[in-house]
Amino acid sequence: MAMLEVSNINVYYGSIHAIKGISFEVNAGEIVTLIGANGAGKSTTLQTISGLLRSKTGGITFNGKSLGGIPAHKIVSMGIAHVPEGRRIFQQMTVEENIEMGAFTRPGSEYERSVENVFNHFPRLKERRRQIAGTLSGGEQQMLAMGRAMMSKPDLLMLDEPSMGLSPILVDEIFDIIKAFHKDGTTILLVEQNANKSLAISDRAYVLENGKIVLTGTGKELMQSEEIKKAYLGG
Amino acid sequence: MEFLSYLISGLSLGSVYAIIALGYTMVYGIAKMLNFAHGDVIMVGGYVSYIAMARAGLPGWLSVIIAMAVCTLLGVVIEGLAYRPLRSATSLAVLITAIGVSYFLQNAALLIWGANFKTYPSLISGTLKLSLGEDRQLSIPYVAMLTVVVCILIMVGLTLFTSKTKMGKAMRACSEDKGAAQLMGINVNKTISVTFAIGSALAAVAGVLLCSSFPTLKPTTGSMPGIKAFTAAVFGGIGSIPGAFLGGLLLGIIESFAKAYISTQLANTIVFAVLIVVLLVRPAGLLGKYVPEKV
Repeated sequence: MAMLEVSNINVYYGSIHAIKGISFEVNAGEIVTLIGANGAGKSTTLQTISGLLRSKTGGITFNGKSLGGIPAHKIVSMGIAHVPEGRRIFQQMTVEENIEMGAFTRPGSEYERSVENVFNHFPRLKERRRQIAGTLSGGEQQMLAMGRAMMSKPDLLMLDEPSMGLSPILVDEIFDIIKAFHKDGTTILLVEQNANKSLAISDRAYVLENGKIVLTGTGKELMQSEEIKKAYLGG
Repeated sequence: MEFLSYLISGLSLGSVYAIIALGYTMVYGIAKMLNFAHGDVIMVGGYVSYIAMARAGLPGWLSVIIAMAVCTLLGVVIEGLAYRPLRSATSLAVLITAIGVSYFLQNAALLIWGANFKTYPSLISGTLKLSLGEDRQLSIPYVAMLTVVVCILIMVGLTLFTSKTKMGKAMRACSEDKGAAQLMGINVNKTISVTFAIGSALAAVAGVLLCSSFPTLKPTTGSMPGIKAFTAAVFGGIGSIPGAFLGGLLLGIIESFAKAYISTQLANTIVFAVLIVVLLVRPAGLLGKYVPEKV
């Protein structure tokens, strides 16, 4: 049984049919990527998994439990953390307060160790722990969003375009951190437009177009697929 | 000497505004809605404490606690029944609902307690007389002193609550981004409920203090102070706790001086004119923050 099973979900924004019967799965220990153009439905899919949006039909199970009807704030404590598109850190709170919010569902006793773990991955956040988060650079904000998500000790970490708007050096850094989280035992579901980078680290990937999955395969297979090369890898 | 006594009465009135404004600003900050029924919760607090003190003969402190309990419950019920179903509705729908709740509370009070005003027994009576040499004397009502002290305690308490406690920080998180707060595992509905509970308990305290200084209690008692406290919250920067405190105090002082030195009739006009000028110069209010977003 897969860790996350998404079966035939349909999601609407009002009358717009955004997700048209998507099914996929993520096995424990994998890195799985959803790639696709803007508007393909990648972020909508993640938001449906984390409970911010609801699917009209179909179901999602996580570790064998259905997520249907469970509010977003409870899904976090089931072991899913979601780093949303655009990071959405709490701009007016300090770096440390953001990190504390990430640990909202966890007992206070483990806080010190979790913080230390996050600061080991992101030493720059430690230096800036008392700084107001809105004054961080884009890369630092992404790191804060990822560190904050890791505070909930997720089994599954969902990242929505973590490399968006970052310089190539920072993109490398972010992908290294994703690999490090994965090595520590976190399963990763990644949404990316940077197909090159993401396919290279993925076990498997799904290609979304207009709310449907049009192609699937291992990261390597998709990197060599002619269609993918044309559409996402720049020839 | 007169100046001092006007200043003191302004501070005391301003403290009441500040306590009400703190409730307004917290609810606005977190639920992003203007709870125009807030002033009427003050009135309910006034009536409940009046009945406890004057009819049941309970001691003042106990009456305050009873009023706070009733108003807390009322606030949570109002939020749950009237506002929660509109969580994803347009802000105009919520605003109109709030005005509706306000009229509902006023008319319910009219039905239950009648149109005749009640004379409120002050929580504490008496004045402190300070002799300032020769035959100059300054008298400060004890209730004015109590009001200012209570207001400062509430301000400090709320500041500590929102900066130090887990629930307080969760409130600030909800205030910035409810979706992201949910992704942290924060129960947004519960957080909003708690905010209404705190705001309404403060309204009860404000009701007791207001009626102790101005002892005419009627179903519309809360309206004008409610509107002025809303003004104070905007004046100080809506959403900001120190802003509501500062805005409330300044508004009270301006009103008191305007009454004393310019005209009693024009006092309200002057208060609102000052608001307009401040908002022209600082659209976010005195302490309202404009935080540029970095992308």
